[in-house]
Amino acid sequence: MDSTSLEPTLYTVKAVFILDNDGNRLLSKYYDPGLYPSMKEQKNFEKNIFNKTHKGDHEIAFLEGMTIVYKSSIDLFFYVAGSAQENELMLMSVLNCLFESLSQILRKNVERRYLLDNMEGVLLVVDEIIDGGVILESDPQQVLQKVNYRADENPLSEHSVAQHITEKLALTTNVLQSAKEQIKWSILK
Amino acid sequence: MIKKFDKKDEESGSGSNPFQHLEKSAVLQEARIFNETPINPRRCLHILTKIIYLLNQGEHFGTTEATEAFFAMTRLFQSNDQTLRRMCYLTIKEMANISEDVIIVTSSLTKDMTGKEDVYRGPAIRALCRITDTTMLQAIERYMKQAIVDKVPSVSSSALVSSLHMVKMSYDVVKRWVNEAQEAASSDNIMVQYHALGLLYHLRKNDRLAVTKMLNKFTKSGLKSPFAYCMLIRIASKLLDETEGGHDSPLFDFIESCLRNKNEMVVYEAASAIVHMPNCTARELAPAVSVLQLFCSSPKAALRYAAVRTLNKVAMKHPSAVTACNLDLENLITDSNRSIATLAITTLLKTGSESSVDRLMKQISSFVSEISDEFKVVVVQAISALCQKYPRKHSVMMNFLSNMLRDDGGFDYKRAIVDCIISIIEENPESKETGLAHLCEFIEDCEHTVLATKILHLLGKEGPRTPQPSKYIRFIFNRVVLESEAVRAAAVSALAKFGAQNDDLLPSVLVLMQRCMMDSDDEVRDRATFYMNVLQQKQKALNAAYIFNGLSVSIPGLEKSLHQYTLEPSEKPFDIKSVPLATTPMTEHKTEMAPISSSKLPERLTPSRQDIYQEQLAAITEFKGLGPLFKSSEQVQLTEAETEYVVRCVKHTFARHMVFQFDCTNTLNDQLLQKVVVQMEPSESYEVIQYIPAANLPYSQPGSCYTLVRLPDDDPTAVSCTFSCTMKYLVRDCDPNTGDPDDDGYDDEYVLEDLEVTVADHIQKVLKPNFGAAWEEVGDEFEKEETFALASVRTLDEAVGNIISFLGMQPCERSDKVPENKNSHVLFLAGVFRGGHDVLVRARLALADGVTMQVTVRSGEETVVDVILASVG
Repeated sequence: MDSTSLEPTLYTVKAVFILDNDGNRLLSKYYDPGLYPSMKEQKNFEKNIFNKTHKGDHEIAFLEGMTIVYKSSIDLFFYVAGSAQENELMLMSVLNCLFESLSQILRKNVERRYLLDNMEGVLLVVDEIIDGGVILESDPQQVLQKVNYRADENPLSEHSVAQHITEKLALTTNVLQSAKEQIKWSILK
Repeated sequence: MIKKFDKKDEESGSGSNPFQHLEKSAVLQEARIFNETPINPRRCLHILTKIIYLLNQGEHFGTTEATEAFFAMTRLFQSNDQTLRRMCYLTIKEMANISEDVIIVTSSLTKDMTGKEDVYRGPAIRALCRITDTTMLQAIERYMKQAIVDKVPSVSSSALVSSLHMVKMSYDVVKRWVNEAQEAASSDNIMVQYHALGLLYHLRKNDRLAVTKMLNKFTKSGLKSPFAYCMLIRIASKLLDETEGGHDSPLFDFIESCLRNKNEMVVYEAASAIVHMPNCTARELAPAVSVLQLFCSSPKAALRYAAVRTLNKVAMKHPSAVTACNLDLENLITDSNRSIATLAITTLLKTGSESSVDRLMKQISSFVSEISDEFKVVVVQAISALCQKYPRKHSVMMNFLSNMLRDDGGFDYKRAIVDCIISIIEENPESKETGLAHLCEFIEDCEHTVLATKILHLLGKEGPRTPQPSKYIRFIFNRVVLESEAVRAAAVSALAKFGAQNDDLLPSVLVLMQRCMMDSDDEVRDRATFYMNVLQQKQKALNAAYIFNGLSVSIPGLEKSLHQYTLEPSEKPFDIKSVPLATTPMTEHKTEMAPISSSKLPERLTPSRQDIYQEQLAAITEFKGLGPLFKSSEQVQLTEAETEYVVRCVKHTFARHMVFQFDCTNTLNDQLLQKVVVQMEPSESYEVIQYIPAANLPYSQPGSCYTLVRLPDDDPTAVSCTFSCTMKYLVRDCDPNTGDPDDDGYDDEYVLEDLEVTVADHIQKVLKPNFGAAWEEVGDEFEKEETFALASVRTLDEAVGNIISFLGMQPCERSDKVPENKNSHVLFLAGVFRGGHDVLVRARLALADGVTMQVTVRSGEETVVDVILASVG
């Protein structure tokens, strides 16, 4: 509360969460046990933040007493929350590292579908970037090296066998598609 | 349009979420394949992911099923698939709290932690430390020490960070790893450096000398990691703050030098640290402000936000220092990120001239509906500050505020507006009527009980003194008809105040009261009946005591006393004077408007400081017979900062005794103090009755000892006294590492600074909302008057401040604020003297060469009047 109280500590990140474009949780980590201890409070908090941020891509906001940096990609929203006094650039470096690493793992397809198909990689990336609220690594290259994870070429989930072929096809036209989509978004906005 | 995309996605039937419709029981069923040989890494991996996903979605796992799955998972350690192993670590961490006997994996993890595969070692350490408790920690201590100094950065970092997490649980063990952490701090890897520094600081933060040494070392040798630099800056500024080091200290130079670092993060951290330092001069701020100014035009939104937010803080104390950035801030008011725009405007409102106010207000009202409640509160605070600065603008502001009040918004937002309007009303008498009118309109449609009652209270206080009190009655009575119980009760109280103050309204108020007596709620009916009867007496003294100035006792205290009384019924009626008085909160100097720091703290009734002391003292048998605690003073320092022992004293005043509570801290880690007492030698006829020692005072754990003193009975006017204090104790040397003391010790003593008891210690502050009525109520039976010349005082403000702090009484009717450019002023003070006698002081001050003061004291007890006049003289 007091503006002078920047207690020197390594505990920088209070929460990290990834939501889809309806504000549903795909992955959330809360590092401050005092902050929203119950699942209901957490989901409520995420909904609130989502409602106030999904309209414009503004990168940073001050909500519910916390500094929140965020970024969106196609149908995904990435959030990193820290205390009101936290160095905003530190939080930003966490967000950037998370985004870059995931983008590499997902081969630039930062989309809900790919994220869910490679959930284990995503979990490992988050684990390598933040440990209990402490920034463990902020260099995406280092993170990738430590995680050493490859996106699955042919995932085993039930639906995917059928989907696999279409996906392969899609992959080739992917660059074109995502470019198209982005243009579409910008026009629709 | 996002929705549309989603729909299309669903139509195409790609089943885009492989985790949709996951059933916990089905997943746990699937987990059986963990037991199959050979292990199918890919399928197992997928199942583990499903389990973690379910946990993350908030699915509840019972202890038995979790334990079962956990034990099945342990078998997967046999596989050498890297990702699978890593997912096992994650599962262990996720399940550490819900499964039983997780320590079963200790040996597997220890093996991975010390094994050859570097990819496993770091994550294994982190998983291991998650499931380790204090007793097991001893067993892995050796490995942890090795890991901290390991040459593989990820291993070292993992060990350091895990150690930091475990400090909370087993400080004593982790403390022994300081040397290893020290070694790690000189690592080439930037993250290892950062983590080592964090751990070192955490282990040493109570030892100021060690922190100073550490800072010296790192500020000289320089670091590579920008994170570590930020940490160092924070440590340095905290140390500067604690030691009240001047700005010529090398620490300040270090922070300033970081303004030239090539990393923006470090530069911003340094600028922010300088801005937050107390007592910074404009010249010292200038370099920080100029880097922030540069950041204002950065393409990165986060950096612009950080810069303008920090400038906003500077503007609160040093608006002139920010004026140079006005042009850059002007560019930001159209920023697409509304948070940045809002901050820019509120900063400009603080730094800009009076003429720019209208323009800025217009700009902000164009998008006020788009910004979040938090920032709306910031805007309101800026307006509130502006009103104090440019009182002439209050009509513009009032208009703006009333518009905002009509908009939608949460409770915090509305409360900020109401508070702001109230403060404008109090600062500018000419805005009172418009302000009250806006508030009246607001309560006509207000869903927040707290705000409605607050406004009703204000109406009751201010309304009767306006030229046309009758017009407020309608608004108040509407509440009685329409609102919930709490609001109705508040409305009845407000009505009563109109009746008591305005004789011509009294008949109508009585009629309305009569109706309120028919209310369905007990509290409302009781209040109405009570006020009805008081009002019908038509006596000024009764009105003053029961309508204007309510109870001044502490509510928890009253509850406790009444409970006690019912437990031990006696013939005597309950004496309200035996109840401890409510302490007026110490927040009179308006809390500095911390911008956008709307705390999320749940609002609940915390017991006041005095209630806590009351409880603590009541637990000590020796103090049982002293009666209720009358007053507890602020803490007084009896030692210099930075000495071997730190002693602070709190003076507790009782009806006939005083208890001195000495809070002592031993800052020597090689000593254990025992039987600590503070011996006191009074200068007057005060009599020391008893010492209650603190049995043990180990290193850095505060302890309290007490001294009980009887106040002189024969001379009630002897209120001030000086005590010379000496701390006496038995020293036992001990091992700084383990804390084990030697068998025998020796007596020693330590001279403390003198302790003063003054008249303020005998008087408790009490706020009389209507001083005039209270003044009449006490009457002039024991009134005395005297005139003094305060030669050494130069301004009225200073004189007012001195009198208040000397007498320790509560200023009423906002008379502690001296209007500008006035040569005379009247100060009203109210308090209760030890023993429960009301005492009121009216001090008329006139400024000539010095300040001349005419003091009039009234009380129900003659000696009290004498005491006050004698002590002033």
